[in-house]
Amino acid sequence: MPEKLIFEKSRPGRRAYAQAPALATATDIPAEFLRQDRPMLPEVSELQVVRHYTRLSQLNFSIDTNFYPLGSCTMKYNPRACNALAMLPGLLNRHPLGPVSHGQGFLACMYELQEMLKAVTGMRAVSLTPMAGAQGELAGVAMIRAYHVSRGDHERNEIIVPDAAHGTNPATATMCGCIVRELATGADGDVDIEALKQAVGPKTAGIMLTNPSTLGVFERRIIEIRRIVNDAGGLLYYDGANLNAILGKVRPGDMEFDVIHMNLHKTFSTPHGGGGPGSGAVGVGKRLRPFLPIPVVGRSDTDGSYHWLTEKDLPQSIGRLSGFMGNAGVLLRAYVYMRMVGRDGMRRIGEFATLNANYLQSRLRAAGFELAFPERRASHEFIITLKTMARTLHVTAMDVAKALLDEGLHAPTTYFPLLVPECLLIEPTETETREALDRFADAMIAIAERAKSDPASVQGAPYKMPVRRLDDVKAARNLDLAWRPEPRPEL
Amino acid sequence: MPFIPHTEDDVKSMLQTIGVDSIEQLFDEIPAELRIDELVGVPDALCEMEITRLMRARSRQDGTPQCFIGAGAYEHHVPSAVWDIATRGEFYSAYTPYQAEASQGTLQVIYEYQSMITALTALDVSNASLYDGASALAEAALMSVRANRKVKTSRVLLAAGVNPTYEKVAHAISGNQGLVFDRLPLDRHTGTTDLAALATYDQEVVALVIQQPSFFGTLEPIDRLTDWAHQRAALVIAVVNPTSLAILKAPGHWGADGADIACGEGQPLGIPLSSGGPYFGFMACEKSLVRQMPGRIVGRTTDLEDKPGFTLTLQAREQHIRRSKATSNICTNQGLMVTGATIYMSLLGQEGLARVAQRSQQNTAQLAAKLTSIKGVTRLFDGPHFHEVALGLDRPVGPVLRALAGQEILGGFDLSASHPELGNALLVCATETKTADDLERYRRALSDILSASRK
Repeated sequence: MPEKLIFEKSRPGRRAYAQAPALATATDIPAEFLRQDRPMLPEVSELQVVRHYTRLSQLNFSIDTNFYPLGSCTMKYNPRACNALAMLPGLLNRHPLGPVSHGQGFLACMYELQEMLKAVTGMRAVSLTPMAGAQGELAGVAMIRAYHVSRGDHERNEIIVPDAAHGTNPATATMCGCIVRELATGADGDVDIEALKQAVGPKTAGIMLTNPSTLGVFERRIIEIRRIVNDAGGLLYYDGANLNAILGKVRPGDMEFDVIHMNLHKTFSTPHGGGGPGSGAVGVGKRLRPFLPIPVVGRSDTDGSYHWLTEKDLPQSIGRLSGFMGNAGVLLRAYVYMRMVGRDGMRRIGEFATLNANYLQSRLRAAGFELAFPERRASHEFIITLKTMARTLHVTAMDVAKALLDEGLHAPTTYFPLLVPECLLIEPTETETREALDRFADAMIAIAERAKSDPASVQGAPYKMPVRRLDDVKAARNLDLAWRPEPRPEL
Repeated sequence: MPFIPHTEDDVKSMLQTIGVDSIEQLFDEIPAELRIDELVGVPDALCEMEITRLMRARSRQDGTPQCFIGAGAYEHHVPSAVWDIATRGEFYSAYTPYQAEASQGTLQVIYEYQSMITALTALDVSNASLYDGASALAEAALMSVRANRKVKTSRVLLAAGVNPTYEKVAHAISGNQGLVFDRLPLDRHTGTTDLAALATYDQEVVALVIQQPSFFGTLEPIDRLTDWAHQRAALVIAVVNPTSLAILKAPGHWGADGADIACGEGQPLGIPLSSGGPYFGFMACEKSLVRQMPGRIVGRTTDLEDKPGFTLTLQAREQHIRRSKATSNICTNQGLMVTGATIYMSLLGQEGLARVAQRSQQNTAQLAAKLTSIKGVTRLFDGPHFHEVALGLDRPVGPVLRALAGQEILGGFDLSASHPELGNALLVCATETKTADDLERYRRALSDILSASRK
């Protein structure tokens, strides 16, 4: 391990003195409520802490340091201004239960963010409260359920999910008490329309679609799909994971989706933070508007002031999903980003994300890589399959992913979607230069060459990372999930 | 073009490589009738200088009042190093550590975080965090239904002092899976769960949720409640404030056998108030329940050369593998917030966190003593408190709070909306950030407001 654990740097009695308040006199809490031991937090100096975590940060790949074409995650540049401005004191220190008299600045940002998200999606109303894409999905399916129940349609509990969908889609449907009906994908990457016709019926609550799909292609028969599902009495859910691809070109509201969740950490460039916080705002059409999760920000018609809409204003709401109003600081970052990008910039995001993906796809195809859907346009991402390499050379997609790390390039998404064998899902995003794309293509070509001439060297990658390939089986079998002090040797 | 680096030459040569004439042609698979030409409703772009000016004005508009509100989110001093380091690009702009070898920084931080959470809660294992405290309780309730095979019910019982918003959130998230929440009555003298009600409670429950300190800042009889639940084959879910765990009994030590699951709001550990988020929810449990736990978990293992390293583990529970049969649909943790919290806990250490807890407890006790010296202000509940106290006023709370806000004092949380049965009740909190002068300023302002309107 290149860096010891913080606990192993601890010494009894050492402290970061500047950080603790002066000792308070004894409390009046009876002993039965008090703990008898001290929790094992490290005892270290401030410099030790700063050095330790700075060094740990240096063990990471990140957008700021590396090309990061992780498919379906939209790893674009996170502008520094978004962070700096969300951390201004009036915004950073505002208590969530503070009065609206001391929140008009913050609420103005949130109201305008709702309006801008309505404009880019074509939906009628937006709630910002879901704290991640998966929670946005939960809100969306819960609203679909609530809609059917409000009409006395209690039997509608089936959610149709294409087999290419993110795992969150079926998991969400289950969390909402629904039954999942999986839908096959046709050979061209579009939904199998005949299978869809078989799947719908009087129990259909709705369908969850990602468009462009996780296969990196636009669902061309979306209008027909909508008709089939609507005719069966079902509603349409739009998974906004890939909204970046179509920003300013097509709007889910115009495709007549009833509900959409947006991943603000993807499309609107809020930080991924090593795996969260995300933010999964939801937008709805007319039918689902009464069911929006609360709170929502409202604006007074008389004096233009802002206030919270709660249970009283939306009595049919599916309720509250967070202790307060969701990931407010993330929403502020998305707001700043959208204001900086502006109307014309929004269109260009979709255009240049698509340009970059198609360019990289063309380069890799020309170099002999096999595309999963060679007849299709790439959207903002595309899939290559290394099944031939795996079969003939026993070099897998995972091996290639690890070899890319040694080149200073983060690997694309591996083994997702599940229906394409030995796949890499590649999403370069619009903020990368042509040179960065060329470097990636060149590295892929070199690795493919090496897989032929010296397969073992690719199979053994990575070599230049802080650790070599890790033993996942051991991690799951001999669970070591928390540090404990070594027991003292018996005297 | 903000953040798009392409020159005209780039575009030309890239289109040539693709074999199309224009970028527009790349969208030719989208049905023409769905295409739009303009985005009405999005304003023109602002440059960084312009948006900075706008955001500074908005920030100033919200002011920097003195805050005595708690009710689930607490103002604490946050050391400068916490967000200086956590917002380094290598943490800030990395993603979920799917490629473990290129993410050892994030993974080790999470492993250290998990270690610290198990230390605070005195339980065996922790996950990598959930969204926030309220949603963590929803996940804990769902987990208890999966884990407790001894009873055949989805009824979860709440002690009297559980945050009412947490109950609403738990219901919204888990209600569609049939979970039902029931609540024990409040003892109006102690502000804790009415123990007399335990003897007559005759429903079977899958878990008992105990919040310590309670929503009112009072201390629940955790040992008796825990043992009572275990005797009925119910699991015990502890909802705890992490700061308080520096001095209060850890969930793993509650009653004879300890709580089974602990969860709560991680915000007090160095996370700014920021209008309610992003925060993080923590969750810890006994080892036997780990396979029922939702969310990401990091484990320590070894690499090809037998060197130690870290990786995501037990992924067979998660949605990307198990899909509709996963323990939860949760995908991310609150990685960045956990990074901040881990740095915070390292800087404070066991001594520092205990001092924060004690100082907050003492400041609140002093504030309560000062405010109850004013005519018309009383303490609602007897007995020990942590860092919040419920007060009764002789008149409606709303106008009093508005008058205080007019003097840049946010006087507390108005309980009369959430708990109308308590009358004109106000919940106040004074953490370690408040000085004796601050407390006195609040006393004087409240005294003036109450006596002025009495005249």
